Amino acid sequence: MSSLESRRGPGPQRLRTILAWPCAIALLSLIGLVSALTGDGLRDFLSWAALAVPVGAIAWAWRYRRR
Amino acid sequence: MTRSGIRAWYLVHKWSSLVCTAFLLMLCLTGLPLIFHEEIDELTGGGTPLAALPADAPLQSLDRLMAAALASRPGETGLFLSFDDDRPLVYITTGPRADSPAADMTTLVYDWRTGRPVGALDDEGVMHFLLQLHTDMFLGLPGMLFLGLMGLLFFVAIVSGVVLYAPFMRKLAFGTVRASRSPRVRWLDYHNLLGVVTLAWASVVGVTGVINTLATPIIQYWQAGELAELTAAYKDQKPPARLGSIQAAVDTARRAAPGNRPQFVAFPGGGFSSKHHYAVFLQGDTPLTQRLLTPALIDAETGALTAIKPMPWYAQALLISQPLHFGDYGALPLKILWAILDVVTIIVLGSGLYLWLGRRRTPLESRLRELESGGAAVIGLP
Repeated sequence: MSSLESRRGPGPQRLRTILAWPCAIALLSLIGLVSALTGDGLRDFLSWAALAVPVGAIAWAWRYRRR
Repeated sequence: MTRSGIRAWYLVHKWSSLVCTAFLLMLCLTGLPLIFHEEIDELTGGGTPLAALPADAPLQSLDRLMAAALASRPGETGLFLSFDDDRPLVYITTGPRADSPAADMTTLVYDWRTGRPVGALDDEGVMHFLLQLHTDMFLGLPGMLFLGLMGLLFFVAIVSGVVLYAPFMRKLAFGTVRASRSPRVRWLDYHNLLGVVTLAWASVVGVTGVINTLATPIIQYWQAGELAELTAAYKDQKPPARLGSIQAAVDTARRAAPGNRPQFVAFPGGGFSSKHHYAVFLQGDTPLTQRLLTPALIDAETGALTAIKPMPWYAQALLISQPLHFGDYGALPLKILWAILDVVTIIVLGSGLYLWLGRRRTPLESRLRELESGGAAVIGLP
């Protein structure tokens, strides 16, 4: 993405593009919410990793998408 | 989306949010310390250290513990007897009458191995105050149902927020925060970003919270329906004059469902049993079945098993909603994530309120234009 584009942002996007990241994050959150419920140990780890995704996404946007 | 479609969703988002925001802020703020209530209780000395005994130390008879509890609460009757998941503790709840309300109940804690009392459950402290505020604002069932309605509006606000997110983000890359623009634009972008990434978590915690507010009607429905059917043969009998052994009732229940363990026993005449039965609620031994309960109904006079049947789906939905709302099922890291996401939700609520309070400077039509243009026609240039 050129500097000009990144400043103005992309042109009109399709609905699929707009919702791709929100949907992926929502899906991972749901996996995280359910996995710790179904068991301990590895399933707890999966839960922590998956629910860290929304938190990580905020940190990423704050670091790289603030302008 | 058409102009009138955006307008309609905008108004749905605005009003559903406005009505519930104050209550949701209260719920998020009181909920934050409640996530860590176990850790806080332990730190503040709630957890009395137990006598060091060999792991295979024999357990006292539950009837002995029950007799000790009743002796220290003269004139009262047993209501519940419950077990700890991790420690050899027995909690005995008593009250003036079999159907006493929660406010009149007392819960004593006993060491199952020694039979000695290790204290009473604290229903005074700050944590208890926060829990009451969070559950029903000290207003009982009406307060609980009211907060459930607020939770429902919160869910409507989330859904309508996502619907508006799509047109707004048409010309903005995911995660964009225009921090160098006016505070309004900056906070609008933060509101959208934080709101959309916490969408699934906030929806699940919100909806399971709503289900939890329905606990009383759900249990009453089970009691009047399925439980009444299972104990129909007792309908016209007089309540038992003398209650039989609780230990025997628990043993009978365990034999009826091998591999399960008792979570709590509800006494006859209370909210969780019939007038004639001990209801021994059994939990499975896998992480998932541990949440799902199967009551074994034991004739409180004769000790015979009347029926054993898993709770119906609507009660299981309530049981599964509890951990999903509390976030207490995945050790400390999950609780920390729960707390972070709770704080993010507070920021979403706060920024939403800020955007609404600043509305006078930006008329409705220009706010709608902003949405339609895909976030490009921003108002309030720096």
